[in-house]
Amino acid sequence: MARLAAGLSPRSAALLGALFAVLVAAPFIINDYLLTVLIIILYFAYAGQAWNIMMGFAGQLSLGHAIYLGLAGYVAATLYVLLGVGPWLGLLAAIPICAACGAIIGFLAFRFGVAGVYFAILTIAFAEFARIGFDNWKFVNASSGLFLPVKQYAHNDLWRLRGDPTMFYYVILAATALLFMLCHLLLRSRMGYFWLAIREDEQAARATGIDTFRYKMYAVMISAAVTSFAGVFYAFFYNNLFPEQVFSISRSIEIILGPVIGGVGTLFGPILGAFVLTGLAEALNSAMTALGIDLPGATQVFYGICLLLVVAGLPDGVWPPLARRLGVGGSKK
Amino acid sequence: MTALLAVAAVSKRFRGLVAVDQVSFAVPPGAIFAVIGPNGAGKTTLFNMIAGAMAPDDGAISFAGEAIEGLPADAVCRRGIARTFQIVRPFPALSVEDNVTIGALQRHHEVEAARTQARSVLHRLDLFDKRHRIAATLTLPDRKRLEVARALATEPRLLLLDETMAGLRPTETDRMVEVLRALNRDDGLTILLIEHVMRAVMALASHVLVLDHGVVIASGAPEAVVRDPAVVQSYLGAEAV
Amino acid sequence: MPFDVYLNVAVGGILTGLVYGLMALGLSVIFGVVRVVNFAHGEMMTIAMFIAVVAFSAFHLDPLIMLIPIAAVLFALGYALQTGVINPFVTRPEHAQFLLMVALAIIISNALLIMFGPDARSVQTAYAFDSYQIGALIIDASKLYAGAAAIVFTAALFAFFRLMLLGKAIRACADNHTGAQVVGLDVKRLYALTFGIGAACVGAAGVMLTLIVDTTPLIGPSYTLLAFVIVITGGLGSLPGALLGGLLIGLTEALAGLTFSPSLKSMFAFAILVLVLLFRPQGILGRRLS
Repeated sequence: MARLAAGLSPRSAALLGALFAVLVAAPFIINDYLLTVLIIILYFAYAGQAWNIMMGFAGQLSLGHAIYLGLAGYVAATLYVLLGVGPWLGLLAAIPICAACGAIIGFLAFRFGVAGVYFAILTIAFAEFARIGFDNWKFVNASSGLFLPVKQYAHNDLWRLRGDPTMFYYVILAATALLFMLCHLLLRSRMGYFWLAIREDEQAARATGIDTFRYKMYAVMISAAVTSFAGVFYAFFYNNLFPEQVFSISRSIEIILGPVIGGVGTLFGPILGAFVLTGLAEALNSAMTALGIDLPGATQVFYGICLLLVVAGLPDGVWPPLARRLGVGGSKK
Repeated sequence: MTALLAVAAVSKRFRGLVAVDQVSFAVPPGAIFAVIGPNGAGKTTLFNMIAGAMAPDDGAISFAGEAIEGLPADAVCRRGIARTFQIVRPFPALSVEDNVTIGALQRHHEVEAARTQARSVLHRLDLFDKRHRIAATLTLPDRKRLEVARALATEPRLLLLDETMAGLRPTETDRMVEVLRALNRDDGLTILLIEHVMRAVMALASHVLVLDHGVVIASGAPEAVVRDPAVVQSYLGAEAV
Repeated sequence: MPFDVYLNVAVGGILTGLVYGLMALGLSVIFGVVRVVNFAHGEMMTIAMFIAVVAFSAFHLDPLIMLIPIAAVLFALGYALQTGVINPFVTRPEHAQFLLMVALAIIISNALLIMFGPDARSVQTAYAFDSYQIGALIIDASKLYAGAAAIVFTAALFAFFRLMLLGKAIRACADNHTGAQVVGLDVKRLYALTFGIGAACVGAAGVMLTLIVDTTPLIGPSYTLLAFVIVITGGLGSLPGALLGGLLIGLTEALAGLTFSPSLKSMFAFAILVLVLLFRPQGILGRRLS
């Protein structure tokens, strides 16, 4: 615990603690609808933070992160539907598969000098490849989708992730908190410093003795492995998987919106970004429903406008200036 | 005495242009060795080949008896050769201390130990007071010293300095010369430097190599080289003597 | 399967590939000069496609007649986009520009979704089911006309870049940005013109595509990616390369769709992209990057 608290000013620690306390108490305060919104917020916070490891820490822009969501979701869901294997064991299978996928993408890109925007295009290509592949794969029911059996349970089944929103809420809250701590530790580790060096100036990092290929691979693999939990959660929360949706480029873009808006590379950015974005989107949706307007696609337009505004006006994201106001640092480290 | 760095008949061509042509020289341990010459002479290309940023087309480079030609830049650094860049490249968004800590992490795998090492290097280069400043906000002379500090933190046996004095005022140049001289004298650090600023070359170098159009045209003690007619004609000009 | 089936599918693929080539040309021109990775490329094409479809259903105007007007509209759109939105981003880092275009793409495609709904729309011209027969070869009239239009448009574009002063100025800009400024070329205006030209290309390609495929608001991303695959395969910075890449991709797509399954044909484009990025990153006709 002391190691975790190291590097956090008393003020940061206090704010963080307060936030966590509020989040833990939430299910007792708010209604089920708002709880579901919070679940989605935390899901994006988690996925965004996982993506942030690759981009914010190591500077590699991935626009195909949906591939890890989809792979993990399908692995866990298939094991559950066919063999009755619980999601936690399914996760144990999904993690190495996602890490291996990340390793392949990373190896192909880094060995052959594919960087920057071309790396992003490569990640999109892989995700699309997976989407079309799964869409045509009879084993997982192709485009008709995979459905998880849902019954009314008398009590929550944590082992099989069957239950009411409160259970899912605490699961995603715990996961997000753990990921936050992991990222904090990673940033303060030797590998974390090397990632920052690579992000800042890869050639200078090499001249300082850093094996950039190896550390970029670590970043990609760790990011992929961590994202796998989000995929499993997605599958068991929504209880259905369609290749068209889970591997879609929209999922990949949704993942990056939180960190980009909150602040890429910062520890707290993805979480703040998820709150702001999803919170506002839900408010927009509620307003539209109340007014009787039904516009599919409006939320996406809203996301696009937010992204535009942030990229144009707040290139470092919303968190750094806010952090300065709160007096808690908010630098890229 | 066996040379610390031995460069043997090294050449590099860029699509028909011969940038470095059969260059050979040896740097003894503890020396301060300067490479001078007009722009386009091939000095930085030579450096890049030694540092591993590019591989030579011909020839061999050995460091402490081991062949290093063709090794990637990070492997060369781990063997004990550190370098700075002609256009200074610290890690811009990171603090001074973090910049140097990253260098120290090469030899010290524990972050705290690396940080301690980084701090001592910062003291030697008179940057300790600025250790929390973000690198991008520093003045040019400070950024140059930061780059030297980062390179030093990797605990090299040979330091390659690429035009470190460029853009510095005479007082700053003298300061840097003092620091380098102290490192050479007290730690036995071997230094290979590219320089245009003759003031620094004369003050530091024990040996000077002159390149022109990729070829060595003179080599020897500074006083002798500076009077060499070929050097005067191609580079220095009569007034410099 | 009998040979003539392959032949017919191949010819159809080549004709479609000509249209793909034109679409990719637009992307290549934009990237080669303005150095912006236009992630909204497919969305711009979708705008053109919807204009064509609406013009057809409302006024029964054949898309090919609307070709020039729609290309002009897209030209204006591209010009305005570059001048108003993208120009301020020229000095920003690469991924910031890219994300800007991503944002625009999201806004455009979903705005189209709101306006037109998710259903597919198609253009049923009088000749939609006609075909021409030469021996064993049977060619769809729609694809033939689309391909022919693509050839004409592309030839005009090449003539512009080779022969007209403005075209040469744009090529100069692409070759050497600073040099172009030094000799007094108004680089900002040239950028805007180039973006407009690129948009006009992709708009024209879109109009031609309405004769071949259905139009939905969300097809943008797959065509953007296809354009990238083509440009990277053919060679960055090479206009003939974009054409060659288009033909190649059109052909492989068609044959893959026939040999395996129609829904898998996009996978081949991506497989080709990966292979090209790995083994010949400069593309078939591209210059090797030092």
